[in-house]
Amino acid sequence: MTRVLAWAALIFGMLYFLLPLVGMTEFSLSMRRGVYSLDAYGSVLSDPRFWETFGYSVAMAVATIVFGVLLVVPTAYWVRLKLPWIRPYIEFVTLLPLVIPAIVIVFGYIRLYNTSSWLPLTGTPMGTNLLLMFGYATLALPYMYRAVDTGLRTLDVGTLTEAAQSLGAGWGTILFRVILPNVLVAVLSGAFLTFAIVIGEFTMAALLDRPAFGPFMQILGANRAYEPAALAVIAFAITWACMGLIQLVTRLQKHTRAGA
Amino acid sequence: MAYLDISHLEKSFGVNHVVKDFSLPIEKGEFVSLLGPSGCGKTTVLRMVAGFESPDRGAIRLEGKDMVPLRPNQRNVGMVFQAYALFPNLTVAQNVGFGLRIAGVDSAESKARVAQMLDLIGLPMAEYGDRYPFQLSGGQQQRVALARALAPRPRVLLLDEPLSALDAKVRVRLRGEIREIQRQLGITTIFVTHDQEEALSISDRVVVMNAGIADQVGTPFEIYNRPATPFVASFVGTLTPFEARVLDPATGTVTSGGLTLNLGRPLPSQAGATVPIALRPEAVQLGRASGREIVLPATAHSVEFMGSVIRVRAEAAGQTFLLDTFNRPDSPPPQPGEPVEISFSGRDVIVIGA
Repeated sequence: MTRVLAWAALIFGMLYFLLPLVGMTEFSLSMRRGVYSLDAYGSVLSDPRFWETFGYSVAMAVATIVFGVLLVVPTAYWVRLKLPWIRPYIEFVTLLPLVIPAIVIVFGYIRLYNTSSWLPLTGTPMGTNLLLMFGYATLALPYMYRAVDTGLRTLDVGTLTEAAQSLGAGWGTILFRVILPNVLVAVLSGAFLTFAIVIGEFTMAALLDRPAFGPFMQILGANRAYEPAALAVIAFAITWACMGLIQLVTRLQKHTRAGA
Repeated sequence: MAYLDISHLEKSFGVNHVVKDFSLPIEKGEFVSLLGPSGCGKTTVLRMVAGFESPDRGAIRLEGKDMVPLRPNQRNVGMVFQAYALFPNLTVAQNVGFGLRIAGVDSAESKARVAQMLDLIGLPMAEYGDRYPFQLSGGQQQRVALARALAPRPRVLLLDEPLSALDAKVRVRLRGEIREIQRQLGITTIFVTHDQEEALSISDRVVVMNAGIADQVGTPFEIYNRPATPFVASFVGTLTPFEARVLDPATGTVTSGGLTLNLGRPLPSQAGATVPIALRPEAVQLGRASGREIVLPATAHSVEFMGSVIRVRAEAAGQTFLLDTFNRPDSPPPQPGEPVEISFSGRDVIVIGA
């Protein structure tokens, strides 16, 4: 009896998640009356704005990942090594972006860095890009910090640091040759999550008026019927590919025990 | 001045005064052990030499130069940790070559040095060089850690309980190997351990530490046979302690529990003074023997069969004696409760602190 109930719950859950996806995919294939076709996809992929905005968002994602790694790895390492008592506070701070809506953050940014402020970042496209990258890094912070901190927990950070020091290594060498390679899997999983967040982000990019993928999806959605569904499927595929890549790099890590 | 001169070190963590006026001159090529229970400050002394802790007072001079202001990565001191601490992302060869790479040794020379080190520890390059640490046993990992510490030719080697995480058999074999390698390279070594057997078997000199103080510094023979304090006596080896009253300090005659003992050597105490004395289990024998002038009737209490040695707890003259006797297949040990005779010599009596 319990087994039947368990299966029923599972099937209900799967339908709940899968039906909208199936419906959306089905709709995205129905542009041509009466037959399934990839016309909607063709239309999306042949739109130059798709490639422009997608390229922009990928570049922003890469920049965000690099900045996030350089910010989070040394911080999490230092907190574990020297300031363990501060960890709960740092964790609280890294969770704030989940509580504070992106729209609040971006309005704060605009107030602080507008053209009549002491640091007019929004005055130039490059400055606005920078601001957007900081915003993305903030949004990704909870995931990146948690991933890296979990990775560091599997290491004996203190002893490895001392071993490297006794062999003559300075802080740079310790961070980039000892700590970073050993938390690489964690960093990569944080990186793919960051990528997925940045690709789909709408609020910040729209309010800062940057040509990102999120606002493009919105514009397309407001003006077309079939293309938005095709675009949503593409965005899903990208996110899932990221998840798959996390799994893949975890498996390919050759210096960790298989299955551990 | 000694090669490595540790003088008047003091260290406190908060209200905890862990190292108190610790001084130790070490000669070049010497193997010195710091022995003591946990919390005695031995590891803190080692970490101050490595540079991971800085002393509140005192100096650490290597070849006459004060090391205290130097950072750990400027000291050229090799260290082996209890937890191995191999870099998990690097192969055995890369681990051993880590220090060489940082020192900027060119790759051909570094490769040769790594191969030489791996040969020294008995894990040849061809077979083990490309393995990762998780593919090695604990003993092998600790050997690689030793090779890694030795590869950049450090001026001093520090071993922080390197054998404590290994099983008994590996521990005994590896400690012999460590000593052998240390002799071959002639490297000045400080070894921290809480295991007295380890310290006695491996060292040129042993420092017995208790509550932040070096209670006694001496060769293993001195430490074992002439313990300077009651703590050293009780911590190193097993013994049966007694209280004795000095009768004649010039001839070394004392009395304890109604027995008059002649120690065969003059005592620094006054007549009538009380001195702590002790007997090692191996100084007491089951039955009579030539040269053991004191013979007592006793009752065996408990018998512990330890293989090559049998330890008997016997009661005689109102005292409990521990005695060790070698196992012989043709003479089974006494049964508990059985009357026996025990014998020893006054010359084998240890006077603690004299």
